[in-house]
Amino acid sequence: MAESRSANPPAAARPLSPHLQIYRWTWTMAMSIVHRITGLALYAGTILLVWWLVAAAAGPGPYGVFRDVAGSWIGIIVLIGFTWALLHHALGGLRFLVLDLGFAFGREARFAWAKAILAASVLLTIAVWLLVFFTWR
Amino acid sequence: MATKTPLALVRGLGAARSGTDEFWRQRLSAVALLPLAAFFIGLLVALAGASHHRVATTLGDGWVAVPLLLLVVACLVHMKIGVQVVIEDYVHDKALKLVLLMANTFFSYAMAIAAAAALVKLSLGG
Repeated sequence: MAESRSANPPAAARPLSPHLQIYRWTWTMAMSIVHRITGLALYAGTILLVWWLVAAAAGPGPYGVFRDVAGSWIGIIVLIGFTWALLHHALGGLRFLVLDLGFAFGREARFAWAKAILAASVLLTIAVWLLVFFTWR
Repeated sequence: MATKTPLALVRGLGAARSGTDEFWRQRLSAVALLPLAAFFIGLLVALAGASHHRVATTLGDGWVAVPLLLLVVACLVHMKIGVQVVIEDYVHDKALKLVLLMANTFFSYAMAIAAAAALVKLSLGG
């Protein structure tokens, strides 16, 4: 098998299927890619969730370390990003569930919902963090 | 094997030998995570900046610990399948793909068990 394969002439440079660089960007395509990226970010973010829970279980000392890091300006920026990723992934996921059921496939509906969910995720993130800053104690 | 057509290979359970099981479990866990994620964000807002004592007692309360354990389980299912699909889509080197798929499984279970262990400890009084 291996011999016959290596005896073949090198593969000709045939055209490949269209890739990201070929397609014209659309809102739905961008949202689909952002869904994957936010999913991967949340995957890494589970480290923060576990750190929070384990630190709380370990006692006041370890929890103080977590609290200092989470409350630093860089910690707050990461947590705001985490909040947006979670909200965008959840709302976008809800949109994909609706699409899975066969609704909102019209041209206008597809683009309107893609944009609406981006806007809603940003507005909700701002709302959540305004709440955090007003209730911080 | 050589005489089989591609159609024969994907019939029944399909090339992955698991049919639509992962597709379904990904959507099932997604539906479960919608209310659980809302609960989680609410909890974070309520506990932002709180003392260790208040955080530990809140997380140890059954009304908080049980939804969080549900979140951990749904998260484990969802994140493992999600990243597995990404690996299968973009990593074409067989050895690297095998290693990454194993690492994905190990990481997902490690995160879930660590979170669950912490919640059990807090529930039993820290």
